[in-house]
Amino acid sequence: MKRLVTPVPETEIRALRVGDEVLLSGRVVLSRDMGHAFMVAQKPEWLRPILEGAFIYHCGPVVKQNDEGGWSFVSCGPTTSIREESYQAEVLETYGVRGVIGKGGMGPKTSAGLQKTGACYFHATGGAGALLAERVKRVVDVKMLAEFGSPEAFWIVDVEDFPLVVTMDSVGGSLHAQVLEESRARLASLLGHG
Amino acid sequence: MHACLTSLETVEAHSVLPLGWRADLKALDLVPAVLELLRRTTSRLPQDVIDAMEAQRAAEIPGSRAANTLGTMLENITLADARIAPLCQDTGTVILWVRHPFGISQRQLKAQIRAAVAEATRRSWLRPNCVGALSGQNPGTNLDPYGEGHPVVHLEEWSSDHIEIAIMLKGGGCENVGAQYRLPDADLGAGRNLAGVRACVLDAVMKAQGQGCAPGILGVAIGGDRVVSYERSKELLLRKLTEANPRVDLDAFERQLVSEINSLGIGPMGYGGRTTVLGVFVDELWRHPASFYVSISYMCWSSRRMTLTVDVDGHASFA
Repeated sequence: MKRLVTPVPETEIRALRVGDEVLLSGRVVLSRDMGHAFMVAQKPEWLRPILEGAFIYHCGPVVKQNDEGGWSFVSCGPTTSIREESYQAEVLETYGVRGVIGKGGMGPKTSAGLQKTGACYFHATGGAGALLAERVKRVVDVKMLAEFGSPEAFWIVDVEDFPLVVTMDSVGGSLHAQVLEESRARLASLLGHG
Repeated sequence: MHACLTSLETVEAHSVLPLGWRADLKALDLVPAVLELLRRTTSRLPQDVIDAMEAQRAAEIPGSRAANTLGTMLENITLADARIAPLCQDTGTVILWVRHPFGISQRQLKAQIRAAVAEATRRSWLRPNCVGALSGQNPGTNLDPYGEGHPVVHLEEWSSDHIEIAIMLKGGGCENVGAQYRLPDADLGAGRNLAGVRACVLDAVMKAQGQGCAPGILGVAIGGDRVVSYERSKELLLRKLTEANPRVDLDAFERQLVSEINSLGIGPMGYGGRTTVLGVFVDELWRHPASFYVSISYMCWSSRRMTLTVDVDGHASFA
């Protein structure tokens, strides 16, 4: 199990390979469909310092606001990443993000972006919302909450020991592609098409 | 590590129902009971699902990604229960099957379920998951902004004297990998028989990969029209993993499917491994002679289901 702390240097990210299990600590920014469409369409400058050195996390959390107005995370597992396929590479390039966290993996366009900019795609355990919320140590801020609503807003958080698996690396490797190919071959033999 | 849930006494201690609460079936106030049903369902997984995941973790190579991932899932299950926190941030589409005796107002039942869902959302037990299809606008209540489509409520009168409300919280990721086939299917080489159904199920699981949050549980309905077929495939997911199919032929078919699917190597979250499904439930329906549908509903490992029973004295129990 490798440990990563943000900001993660490019050399460290480029040394990671698919299948590596890591524990991530540091700054993570949540964003999903509306946030990604917004980042690509408007490329807001105010997001630059927020995303610098942070990882993007595809997640719409269940949150709770305390009496003083502060926020805490109740449940925050990953959402399906492929919905951001048309945006992700451009977001990586625009903001120089070193890591994207989500589930289900992404496509060739994102893979090309990861290779070009020196970043990895990290898979979180889908459905482990309570466990992952436990590892969110602090909600630093939230942006676009009124405009996007809670699941779609940019939540800025500090995490500790987020358990992740590298499923797409910076040299074009994809655990998703490997498993797909192997399972497809096995299916063909089960169906007698092999 | 053995995943251990809190005792039922602990669960009762946090109940929204006052001690000795009874529903008044004449006035019909089921809001608190349905609220309690929602509270329990979001944070507590059925024991048969937990047992199946523990057995599968033992079946994976120790220290492998598959074993570690199942370990993370089990840790999550224990934590959600202890903290009364949603197991998954996607508290799903809220689907209920209500069966009630003669003389109870369906309008009232539905209104009370809607009130309980809105209240559970207000308390952060449910994420506001119901948005306008085109506008994407979120009323924040989990109530359908246009009509009464969500929560999804199936109402049926029956001959028993008690009320039964079964609930399922179905996440969006697993709903997206469901599939419907029309046989014969030349590309799959699938005809209108059990071998054809087998090809559909294997194909659907291969296409789903880890995207439905594997290990999954499958409901497979054979026949019906398109709607009935999909609906039945989903209702099948209420079955316990320990419960055998009463039909001997389908029971054997289910076992064969589980073993073949788990040989595909997709594994937990699609990272590779021996555990791709925890169970497969199959049912045969009627069909129009011209149609032959095979509908597959995929439930993620966080299979949140529970049944509330309100007996004739108004006493509520959860199972």
